Parts: sequence; C-alpha cells; structure tokens
Amino acid sequence: MAGVTLQNIYKRFGSHEVIHGIDLTIDDGEFVVLVGPSGCGKSTILRMIAGISEVSDGVIMIGERIVNDIPAFQRNLSMVFQSYALYPHMSVKKNLAFGLTNLKMPKREIDKRVREAAEILQINELMDRKPRQLSGGQKQRVAIGRAIVREPELFLFDEPLSNLDAELRVQMRVELAGLYKRLGTTMIYVTHDQTEAMTMATRIVVLNNGRIEQTGTPYELYNSPENLFVAGFIGSPKMNILKSAYDDGKFSVPGFGNFKHRGDAASNKTAFIGVRPEQFIIGKNGDISAQGIIELVEYLGSEFYIYVRLDSGDSILVRAHGQSQFKSGDNIDLSIEFKNAHFFDKDGLWIDI
Amino acid sequence: MLSACRRNGPGYIFLTPWLIGFLCLTIGPILISLYLAFTRYDIVNPPQWVGLENFFYMFTMDERFLKAIRVTFTYVFLSVPCKLVFALLVAMILDKGIRAIGLYRSLFYLPSILGGSIAVAILWKQLFAFNGVINTLLSLIGITGPYWLNDPDYALYTLVVLSMWQFGSPMLIFLAGLRAIPKELYEAAEIDAASKPRQFFSITLPLLSPVIFFNVTLQMIEAFKAFSSAFIISRGDGAPMDSLLFVTVYLYNEAFAYLRMGYASALAWVLFIIIAIFTAIAFISSRYWVYYEGGRS
Repeated sequence: MAGVTLQNIYKRFGSHEVIHGIDLTIDDGEFVVLVGPSGCGKSTILRMIAGISEVSDGVIMIGERIVNDIPAFQRNLSMVFQSYALYPHMSVKKNLAFGLTNLKMPKREIDKRVREAAEILQINELMDRKPRQLSGGQKQRVAIGRAIVREPELFLFDEPLSNLDAELRVQMRVELAGLYKRLGTTMIYVTHDQTEAMTMATRIVVLNNGRIEQTGTPYELYNSPENLFVAGFIGSPKMNILKSAYDDGKFSVPGFGNFKHRGDAASNKTAFIGVRPEQFIIGKNGDISAQGIIELVEYLGSEFYIYVRLDSGDSILVRAHGQSQFKSGDNIDLSIEFKNAHFFDKDGLWIDI
Repeated sequence: MLSACRRNGPGYIFLTPWLIGFLCLTIGPILISLYLAFTRYDIVNPPQWVGLENFFYMFTMDERFLKAIRVTFTYVFLSVPCKLVFALLVAMILDKGIRAIGLYRSLFYLPSILGGSIAVAILWKQLFAFNGVINTLLSLIGITGPYWLNDPDYALYTLVVLSMWQFGSPMLIFLAGLRAIPKELYEAAEIDAASKPRQFFSITLPLLSPVIFFNVTLQMIEAFKAFSSAFIISRGDGAPMDSLLFVTVYLYNEAFAYLRMGYASALAWVLFIIIAIFTAIAFISSRYWVYYEGGRS
C-alpha cells in the first residue's frame, strides 16, 4: 500500500492550462474520490498519477518515491478505464494475465493470481470468452480483475461505472466497496456522479475548473460545503440557493420577507441562503416561511419531489416523504429553520453561523 | 407480374446503359475469351476448336510460360510484402500527431496517383538508366552502379522498388485502421508493462489484421495483374532475357505481336485461376489470423 502526494501540480496542453496548481495528500489505504463536472480536470489528474500523461509542473509522489519520470508500469499501480480497455482479441484469461506475462512472472504464479482474481470477481466461467461475448457488467469485472492480479499499491479508477445501466451501477458500486474493504489498498476513483462519490469514498475531493474546491468526508461536504459550488454539486437533488440581502439590521430573503436574524455578526455578510430539498418544512412551523404555487409533483414511491414557484418568482425543489396530497396548481406554505440552512457571502463562501 | 414490371420498369430503363456495357464489354468478352482459350485463332481466320491443346502445350512444352510464371510469382511475393511493410511504417509515422499531417498525407499519396502511369514508368527508366540519377548518386560515394534495367539480375528488383513507391493507397487504409484502434488499449498496455514492440505485436497487429488482410488480398491481385510498368521498362517483350516477362506481358505479346489469340486467352484464364486460388488461400487462412471485432458471421 502507498499514499499519494501531489505538490503544486500543473498541466498544460500547449499554452492552455487545465490544472492550476493542485496540492493533495492521500493517505495509505484511503478511498479517495475525485469528483467534479465534465472538463474539471479530474481524469487528467488521474492520468498524471498513472503516468500516461506528463506533468507540466509540480511533483507527484507515490509512497516515498517521486514518480514524475518513472514509467507507468514501474509505479506499481493498476488502472480501470471507463471504456474497460480490454484487449478485444484476447480471451478473458489472457487479458488478466497480459500484464503479469510482461513482467515475466513465473507461469505458476500467473495462474494462481488469475485464478484468485477470477474467484473474487466470480468470472471463472468466462475465462475462455472474448470481451465481445461479455455483458457490460462482466466486462467491468474483467477490467477490475486485470487491475487486481497485479496486486498493486494503488488502484486508479477512471469513471469505471459510467457505461453501465443504473441497476448494474448500483450493484457494481457495492461490489467495489466490498473489494476495497477486502483489499484495503489505496484507491483513487474519478467520477462526475456525486452519488458514487458519496457512497464509496472515505474522502471526496471536489474539483472545478482545474482547482480543488473542497476536500473532506462525504458527511463534511454534505453538511458543511465551503462554497456555493460544492453546495450545489454535492447532494441530489441539489441544494436550493436563494439570494438574500442584509439592510438596516434586517436580513431578507425574497418571498420569505424581512426578519431580524438572531443578531449574529456573520449574517450581515450573507448574500445567499442554501436549503437542501429535504430541509424545507411544509407549513409555517419554521423560522421563516413563504407561499408558492406547485408547478409539478414527481412521485417516486418512497418520496416525492415538489417543484414550487414562490411568490417572489424563485423556483425551488422540495423533497418530502410519505403520501403526497399535493398536485400541480395548489398553493403551498414552505418554511425554513435556520439551523438547517446554509449561509454564503457574496463571493459564494460558506459562513459558519 | 404485369404490375411488377410496371413498378420496376423505370429502374431497368435507368440501368440499361450500364447493363449494355456490362453485358457487351465485360461478360461478353469474358465468355468469348473462355471459348477462344480452347481454339487456335489468329484474327484473320475463324477460330479452330483444339480442345485442351493450348493448356497442354502451356504446361508441358512452353518454357517461356514457366519463366513468366516464375517472374510473376517472384514479383508478387517480393513486392506485396515490401510495399505493405513500407506502407505500414509510413502510416505509423503519420499516425503520430505531427503538424501539417494533411499535407504529408497528400504528399505521400501523390506517387500512388502518378505511380501507375506510363509517364512515371518512363521517368523510372530514366532514373535507373546506366547513366541515370541513381547511378550518378552512387558514383558520388564511389560505387559503380549496375545496368539496373538491362541486367537480368536487377531488372525485376527495380520494378519491385517501383511498386513500393506506390504505397499510398495501402498506407491510407492502414492509417484509417490505426486510427480506429482505441488509444486506451495502448495506455492499458503501458500500465501492463508492455514494451513498444510488444504493444505492436500484441495490440497493433492483431487489431489491424482485417486491414492487413484487405490490403494483402488487394495488393496481391494487383501484383498478379501488373502490366504497364513492366511493359514500358522491358520495351514490351519482357527484356532483358525475359527477366521482366510477366504473364501479362507474355499474353499481350502472344495476342498482339504473334496474333495467337487462342493461346493468349488460355494464358489469361490460367492467370485468372491462379489469382482465384491465391485469393481463396488468403480467405481461408484469414480464419486463423484475422480478428474481427464483431466476430465472424
């Protein structure tokens, strides 16, 4: 096992800079998920760690070793690609053994490792098949198998589940989490899907435009987002952000009216208030309340989403449990409890109130 | 029936010019040549049916035919691999993301457009003349070049080099094939500790095998049919000492120099059968070395 350290990492393609000085320390045995929207640079960072993309500036360390100039195969890591990258003309067995054969490992050892990986991933019966004869989930298992036979110090996953259908994705997520528990090896996992990040990571790194927005446990990111970007990105459905203002000792949220907010000094900096869909209270029992009209109700079985247009014109999404008695066109009262709300200043930074 | 005719009628009318051409200029001559292959025919007198005599003579008594077969086979088995290896090499260089790639691609394809023409065969003749450019260059480093085109030991190899120069078309097909191989496979192979040669033999070649098969088959057929460059360089008769006597050149001579149309037709059919056999061999062998992404139907 090995930790990974990124020191002031830059990546440029010609004159175009895509990674702007990343610092990150990943400890031994962590499951770190790099998450962010498309084009935020998460895959680029992973590829630099893997050694298949050069670092323009900065230092990458795996364990105690600086690996900037060390070729990919000497970094003692394995990578699972989004497209699986299975060698299409080789059988599953040959795919699994390919890397070990290149390392000139004894045949007996190769057979043993391939057999073990096949057992862990339950792909014993697929060993003589070609990748084209496998389903998406089976291909993904083989790709993971190819990674684990190397017994690396570090696993890298580049959006490995994004080509799978929703049901299989959930299943593979559970299997990956189980694999991590079993192997205990350091894992770095890239995804744009915040649900994957939340469910699997011991620590999440949220990236945006080639910069780290926040690093923390899923709990920290959900409950204490450092800025509006993280607040909006983590959580599904996403957090409702309402503009607010502070004037003459009074704090106002359009639609919810003016009120004196507990007198905290921080409140006079507040420019936005964020409320997660499940943190709205239906009715008038919160600290502040507003009226709106229901535009749409989505019934999902165990819960339902209510799309509300407030009298102020703002649109918000409310998540509620139980049976919905609401329908489009109804009036609805919504209220917020301050202890459940998030406050952000004009620069979008979180205010700890 | 009547309504089907009415429905399809306009289609057939539009097809007519092509159908007339196909029947009169392709199928007709093929069938006539098949008939003539069993006759003695000198254009002036009507064809005389001789049965298998032409073929019997060809395989038992005609030493020039055996020589022509040897020359043609040597040419095919040298020029096809040399041209394809060279084409693949250039394609792999062009596949690296270099600047002005479009310009290079066009420039490298240019010889293939010109290469088959008679003008280029004449140019080649000048280049490889005893006092031509090649020998002048060789003399600069103290080598006295041979009579490339007049020495029976060199003439055929000079033609092989000329064929290699026409690598553009297979190169473009290779390039398209290389582009179709996902880059992730090479990245995965790099992490899997595969050296560059190992990547070439374990990934590039197998995944390129359908394209290689296509190019081999096409180039082999082309090489068996090669005529114009050999005809020009050998002054039409396979000289020097029949070293450029391709089957095509031989049959041309038999037909139009000696007016032995029947025998020339028999030669043409033998060449056709040889091409068919080698194409069949290529197809049958492809089962063992060509990988198809979608599997075999």
